[in-house]
Amino acid sequence: MDPISWTGQFGSFLNPLILASVVIFFVGFATNFVLTIAGVRPGELEIQGDGTMAVNSTPADYALATMKYAVLLFILCLIGYVIGGLVLPTMEQKGIIGAAGQRFLPVWVALIATFILSITFKRRLGLYGKLFDSLIGMIGFGLVMFWVFTAIFSSWVAPFDALDQISALRNKVPGTMAPEGEAFSHYLFGGDRLGRDVFSRMVLGSTYVLQIAPLATLFAFMVGITLGLPAGYIGGKLDTVLTFVANLVLAFPVILLFYLLVTPEIVQAGVPQYMSMVLFLFPIIFLVVLFNSRYHTQPTIRNVLVAVAAIVGFWLYFSLISDRADPDSAVRFWPVALDLFNIPGNLLIVFVSVVFVNSPTVFRIVRGITLDVKTRDYVAAAQTRGEGPWYIMLWEILPNARGPLIVDFCLRIGYTTILLGTLGFFGLGLSPESPDWGSTINEGRRLLTVYPHPALPPALALMSLVLGLNLLADGLREESLKD
Amino acid sequence: MGAFILRRTGVMILTALCLTFVVFFLTNLFPNLEKLAKTQGNARMTDAEVVSWLDNNGYGGPMILRYGEWLGVVPGWTQVDEETGEITGRCIDFGMDPADAPTRCGLLQGDLGFSTVSDDEVGNIIGGRLQLTGILMFWAFALMVPAALIVGVLAGMREGSRLDRSLSTFSIASTATPEYVSGVIFIVFLASSTAGISGTLTEWGWLGGDGWLGDRNTLFLGSARSAMDGGITFWNFFLPVVTIALYGMGYIARMTRASMAEVMTAQYIRTARLKGVSFRNIVMKHALRNALIAPFTVIMLQFPWLLTGVVIVETLFNYNGFGWTMVQAASNNDIELLLACSIVAVFVVLVTQLISDIGYVFLNPRIRIA
Repeated sequence: MDPISWTGQFGSFLNPLILASVVIFFVGFATNFVLTIAGVRPGELEIQGDGTMAVNSTPADYALATMKYAVLLFILCLIGYVIGGLVLPTMEQKGIIGAAGQRFLPVWVALIATFILSITFKRRLGLYGKLFDSLIGMIGFGLVMFWVFTAIFSSWVAPFDALDQISALRNKVPGTMAPEGEAFSHYLFGGDRLGRDVFSRMVLGSTYVLQIAPLATLFAFMVGITLGLPAGYIGGKLDTVLTFVANLVLAFPVILLFYLLVTPEIVQAGVPQYMSMVLFLFPIIFLVVLFNSRYHTQPTIRNVLVAVAAIVGFWLYFSLISDRADPDSAVRFWPVALDLFNIPGNLLIVFVSVVFVNSPTVFRIVRGITLDVKTRDYVAAAQTRGEGPWYIMLWEILPNARGPLIVDFCLRIGYTTILLGTLGFFGLGLSPESPDWGSTINEGRRLLTVYPHPALPPALALMSLVLGLNLLADGLREESLKD
Repeated sequence: MGAFILRRTGVMILTALCLTFVVFFLTNLFPNLEKLAKTQGNARMTDAEVVSWLDNNGYGGPMILRYGEWLGVVPGWTQVDEETGEITGRCIDFGMDPADAPTRCGLLQGDLGFSTVSDDEVGNIIGGRLQLTGILMFWAFALMVPAALIVGVLAGMREGSRLDRSLSTFSIASTATPEYVSGVIFIVFLASSTAGISGTLTEWGWLGGDGWLGDRNTLFLGSARSAMDGGITFWNFFLPVVTIALYGMGYIARMTRASMAEVMTAQYIRTARLKGVSFRNIVMKHALRNALIAPFTVIMLQFPWLLTGVVIVETLFNYNGFGWTMVQAASNNDIELLLACSIVAVFVVLVTQLISDIGYVFLNPRIRIA
C-alpha cells in the first residue's frame, strides 16, 4: 500500500493555491527589492488641499501589499489542510498535514481559547496584555504556547509511545501505513532507524525540553540574582571576587565544560552532585532572605514565613540531592522515608550543567542593572529611612529591574533549549533512547542524506520554539519600553 | 594605557592558571586515572595494581605537584625500577639517556605531553588540526562579519522602518537556529540526492549525469572530509561555513543595529541633516565610523561562541579539525590531548577578550581607563 500523500483530498485545489502564494511572494519580494535599489520610496501621508489626508501609493507599496496577501493566502491554505483533516473521514483524504493537524486538536482548542480570552481582557492584564498589541509578540507567544500545550497534552497528541517499535516500519517514509492492530493507522512523519514513530517522538520530546529549560533558567536566575545584587550594591572586594569567578566560568568554552561535567568518570567521582549541592542552596537562601528582609519588623509573620520556606526548601533540597536507593550516588544520607522523589542521575547532571553555564551571565546582567538602579532617588530614600541592605536590594532594586530581567528570562529559556539540544546532539544528555530533540537529531544525522525525515521534525520543532521565545522577548521588550 | 594593558594581562594569566587547574583537576580525578590505567595496562587490574601502575607512571603524587610538573615549574618525576635499575621519568623519552633528559618539561618548555590514544606527541596533533580549523574559522568570519555589519547598518539607519523590521526578524531567526539545526536543514535540502532541492533538481535531470548544472548529484556536499586534503572547493566547504556563520551573524547584526540606531539619534547627525547633507553621506561618512565601535567588541567576544559552533559543525560535517579532536579526546579519556585542547580554547578566549578590551579603549577616545 502506498504511503498517504502530504495534502490529501483538499490538496487537489489547495496545492495550486499554495504554490501560487509562494511564487507571488517571491515575485513581490524581488520587485520590492529591485524598487528599493532603484530608489522608489514607500508612499507617505499627504494632506490635501481640502484638509483630508491621503496616502499616495507607489509601486513599492503595491509590491509590499502583494507580499502580505501572499503570506495570508499561504496561512489560509495551511488552515484549509487542517480543516480537511478534521472533517474528512479517511486517512487518504486527510493527508499527512491534515491528520497531524487533527492529532493536535486539543492544542488548537487551548490555543484559540487562550488568545480569545487574552485579547478580550488585554487592558486589564498589564504587560502580558500589552503583548497582544504587537504582531511580533503575538506570533512569538503563539509559537511558545503551541509547544507548551503540546507538552501538556502530549499523551493525547502522540499516537504511539516514544519507545514503541514496529520493525516493519524502519526508515519508512512519512505517511506509511502501520500494520493492523497498532495504536494508530499510520506513521505520520515516518519511522526512524529502529522503527519508532518520528511524529510521536517529536511530540513527546517537547515535554522534556519544556520541563527542563524553564526550570533550569529559573534556578540560574535565583543564583544570578542572589549573587549579582550584593555584588552590584555593596561592591568592593566582594564584587571583585564574584566578578572574577563569573568571568572564569564564562571564559570556559561551553562545550568543553559539558564534556568535562558529563563524562561517566567525572560523574562517578560525584562532581555534578557536589555542584548541585551548592547551586540548589541558592533558591532557599534567596527565599529566606527575601521574607526575612521584608518582615523583620513583624517577628511572628517573619518566623512563620522563614520557617515554612526553610523547611519546605530543605526537604525538597535533600530529597533532590540525596538518593539512598542508588548505591553509586555520592550523596546518600537522607533517610528514604523522607525522600520525596528521586531524579534520574542523567537528568540531574544535565540540569546542573545547564544552570551552571547560565548563572554567570545572569549574574553579570543583574550586577549591571543594580549598578544603574542604585543611584536612583528611591534607593537613597530607603537608605535614609534606615532600611537594611537586603531590603533595599530585594524590595527596592529588584522590582525595578524586572523589565529587562523578564525579557532576558524569555531569551535565556531559548538559549537553554539550544544548550540542551547541544548536549543531546553530542549524546551527552539524557539516555540515548530518550525522545528529547537533541538526542533525536543526533540519532537521525548519521543517515541524513539517505533518510532525511527522522532528523528534520525535531530540528524544526526546536527552531520554532526558540524562535517563538526570541520573538516573544522582542515583543515584550518593545512593549515594556513604551511604558 | 600601559598600566591598563599590564593589569588586564595579569588578570588574564591568573584566569588562565585557574582554568587550566580546573581542567587538570577534572581530567585527573581518580576514576579517569583508573580508566587510563586499565586501558594502558591491563583491563582486569585489581585496585592495588591500578594504584601501583599509577605510581610507576607518575600519576601518584599530589594533584598540585603534578599540575606543577605539567606546567613545567616543578621538576618532572623520575623513578628507578628496583629490579632492572632502569630509570624512567616524565621528561625521559623512550630510549633516551636519563642523564641527557631535561629536569623540567611542561607547558612552559613547550612540551604538551603524549597522546595515549593517537600514539603521537600532542604538539604534532594539535598543530595540524588547528590549521584546519583556522581555515574554517577564516572563511566563516569572512562571510559572517561583512554580512552581519551590512544587515545591522541597513536595519539601524532608519529605526522602525519596514526594512528594519524585516532585517531584525531575520536576525532573530538566525539567532534562533543553532548550528545543529541549520546544518541538518542545509544537508537535507541542499546535499541530499533524494530529498529537498538537490533531490528535485536531480529528478528534473538538471543535476547528475549530463544535467546542465553539473554532473554531481547534489548542489553541495554534506561532508567536508574531502576539503581536508583534497583542497577546498565551493562545493565541499560552503555548507559548513554558512552553518557556522549563520548562527553568529544574528547577534552581531543586532548589536550593530542597536549601535547604529543610537548614533543616528545623536546631535551631530541632526546637525548634519539640518546642514543638508544627503542621507547617503550621513550614513557613510558621519554615522558608520562611530557605529562600528560597539560591534568590534561583540565580534571579538564571538570567538568563544564560535568555538562551540566549530565543534558542532566539525562533528556534523566530518571535518577533523580542532573541535573534532577535542570531542575525540574527551570521549576517549585522552587526558594530555584534552588538556592541550583546553589550553588552546582558553587561550583563544582570553586573548580575544584582551584584544576587545584594548581595542575598545583604543577606538573610542571618550573612554580613558587609567
